[in-house]
Amino acid sequence: MQITDQTPSTPPLLEVEHVSMRFGGLVAINDLSFTATARRITAIIGPNGAGKTTLFNCLTGFYRPGVGRMTLHHPVRGPVRLERLEGFRVAREAGVARTFQNIRLFPRMSVLENLIVAQHHVLMRASVCTIAGLLGLSRYRRAEAHAVGKARHWLERVGLVAHADREAGTLPYGDQRRLEIARALCTDPLLLCLDEPAAGLDPRESQDLNRLLRSLRAEGVTILLIEHDMSVVMEISDKVVVLDHGQKIAVGPPAAIRTNPAVIRAYLGEEEDEPLPPEITGAIGEEGKAHG
Amino acid sequence: MSARLLKHGAPSPVLVTAIREAALTGLLVVVLAVPFLGLKIENAGNGLLLETRWPAAFIAVGLAMGGRVLLVLGREWWHRPAVFDRFPGTVFLSERPLWGLGMAGILLALFLPLLLPNRYAIDTATTLLIYVMLGWGLNIVVGLAGLLDLGYVAFYAVGAYSYALLSLYFDYSFWLCLPLAGLLAALFGILLGFPVLRLRGDYLAIVTLGFGEIIRVVLTNWNTLTHGSQGISGIPRPSFFGLPFGVAVEGGPVTFSAFFGIAHDPLHRVIFLYYLILVLALGTNAFTLRIRRLPIGRAWEALREDETACRALGLDPTTIKLSAFAIGAMFAGLAGSFFAARQGFVSPESFAFLESAIILAIVVLGGMGSQTGVVVAAFVLVVLPEWFRDFVEYRMFLFGAAMVAVMLWRPQGLLSHRAPTLRLSPGPAPPH
Repeated sequence: MQITDQTPSTPPLLEVEHVSMRFGGLVAINDLSFTATARRITAIIGPNGAGKTTLFNCLTGFYRPGVGRMTLHHPVRGPVRLERLEGFRVAREAGVARTFQNIRLFPRMSVLENLIVAQHHVLMRASVCTIAGLLGLSRYRRAEAHAVGKARHWLERVGLVAHADREAGTLPYGDQRRLEIARALCTDPLLLCLDEPAAGLDPRESQDLNRLLRSLRAEGVTILLIEHDMSVVMEISDKVVVLDHGQKIAVGPPAAIRTNPAVIRAYLGEEEDEPLPPEITGAIGEEGKAHG
Repeated sequence: MSARLLKHGAPSPVLVTAIREAALTGLLVVVLAVPFLGLKIENAGNGLLLETRWPAAFIAVGLAMGGRVLLVLGREWWHRPAVFDRFPGTVFLSERPLWGLGMAGILLALFLPLLLPNRYAIDTATTLLIYVMLGWGLNIVVGLAGLLDLGYVAFYAVGAYSYALLSLYFDYSFWLCLPLAGLLAALFGILLGFPVLRLRGDYLAIVTLGFGEIIRVVLTNWNTLTHGSQGISGIPRPSFFGLPFGVAVEGGPVTFSAFFGIAHDPLHRVIFLYYLILVLALGTNAFTLRIRRLPIGRAWEALREDETACRALGLDPTTIKLSAFAIGAMFAGLAGSFFAARQGFVSPESFAFLESAIILAIVVLGGMGSQTGVVVAAFVLVVLPEWFRDFVEYRMFLFGAAMVAVMLWRPQGLLSHRAPTLRLSPGPAPPH
């Protein structure tokens, strides 16, 4: 698939411009700019410590970047500046939902309850600050039935409907990952940020995940994906952004990224400036030239 | 360790195991009993005298060893590998018997004044219900929202003093002060909530502990308003919807007994107070059970489980925490104004840290978040010590032993089962 952000029919949903984030002396993200096209899957890859999760934390309101703009082009509200929103408002007002690298479910609540909590705002409005809910008015009961319906829909999509009434913490690892994605989807996100969704999945589960993400894309969800599993990245992403030491070193379709020398260097390690002994230089000379 | 020996050790007959374990136990008790029982320091006028009581130490060692032998033999007889294994970690009681237990408890509570028409029993039951109500109120903060509050008694004090002061200075009636006390306590809950919004766990516990002490110290030292440590006495007793409970006096107000044409009996007031706190406590319970199924209640539990995930889903931790503090405090305030009305006297002494500790112990012992657990734990911690008043010297010892036993066998509390607040499929819960 050869879709780049130049495709005119699909405007960018998310625009990140010159974002920098530093922790004391450590520069986690340095002057990063990229766009995520609407209805496309954008993968963010890079070696450990490249700043991928930091970027997610900036986008979803957990960190506030020191410099830069992050604009989400909301179809209803118009452009929303993510870095100006208070942390917890990002999900509600910009429609950005996320999952976590180390799964963060509500382990002692049931699977269904996890999905209902994600629809807190709709239900809170229907319960009129709890009062209509306390009185058991039909308006609230309808809203709750609707929320359960939506939860059931996503449970069916991720194949967890049979476990709906189980305690979320007792699910196997792969199921917990899928539940976390379903929970994020219950917030009706415009932009879904997945932090290593394939980590710890077996090949079959990983294939299921690819299928799910593809169908979400077809339904109009824009996906931002951090992933180490290259089979997932290469197979489903439309665009790949490569970070290293907080800097963007490459961007483009997966096929181009695969052969990009800068990316290969970042992953396999840079050739040191230190001169190697001549006998070794001679032996690897051919290879070194090929990398050029 | 002993259980493992029995299960996997060399093929040892029971008796050998029993003797070996008894020897170990004996050794342990010798270490403990020699200084604690065997030696006694007497104050002999001009100095200290060391007295020995070896027989007592011998008896203790003998009892412990004999007990251990009996325990090992009994264990074999029960065909149980270990005592500890008899209490599974997950589901202790399923929902259905728990529900039945609750209904039976409510029925018993409703007919108690008929079954036990004596003042002492009803007074004890009233005290129990105050603690049950406080436990249910704190359960919202600690059990549902997961905010460890060591100063809960402060809100109880706010409620009690609200009624005491409003009736002292403005002559407000109990029925007017009851909602006011609840509101004031809720306000103090929010007041405490603001500075501690960013704190969690241990830090939160320390600040709430401090808040509890601040309230008590203010009540003790603000002499002009609160009469300091002397407290406020002569707080008017609640009337039966306007009918006082006193003896009918010529020209005085119509009393309860006169209105209903029955003989005056001081027990009437006691029974009325009992039903009043029963209604307040059951109201607290009904409110909690209901709100658990509403978005705000689920948000409390979600906050307890993972605050970061809450933020990522767009839940505002500030309002969730403040609402938990406010509503939890409100129930303490209601209980407090009842307490003031019942005693007719309040002083800062009633609101010491020990009270907070007992209420928290009730919640933790009962199983955090479990409503039935609170009742069981309140019974264990309030009524049992009352029954064992004759062994007053051993009360704290038994209290400690009970706590240790619970932490060993049921670290998650007596009743820790959590039923989901809504289900996708009707029918029994799937096996966990």
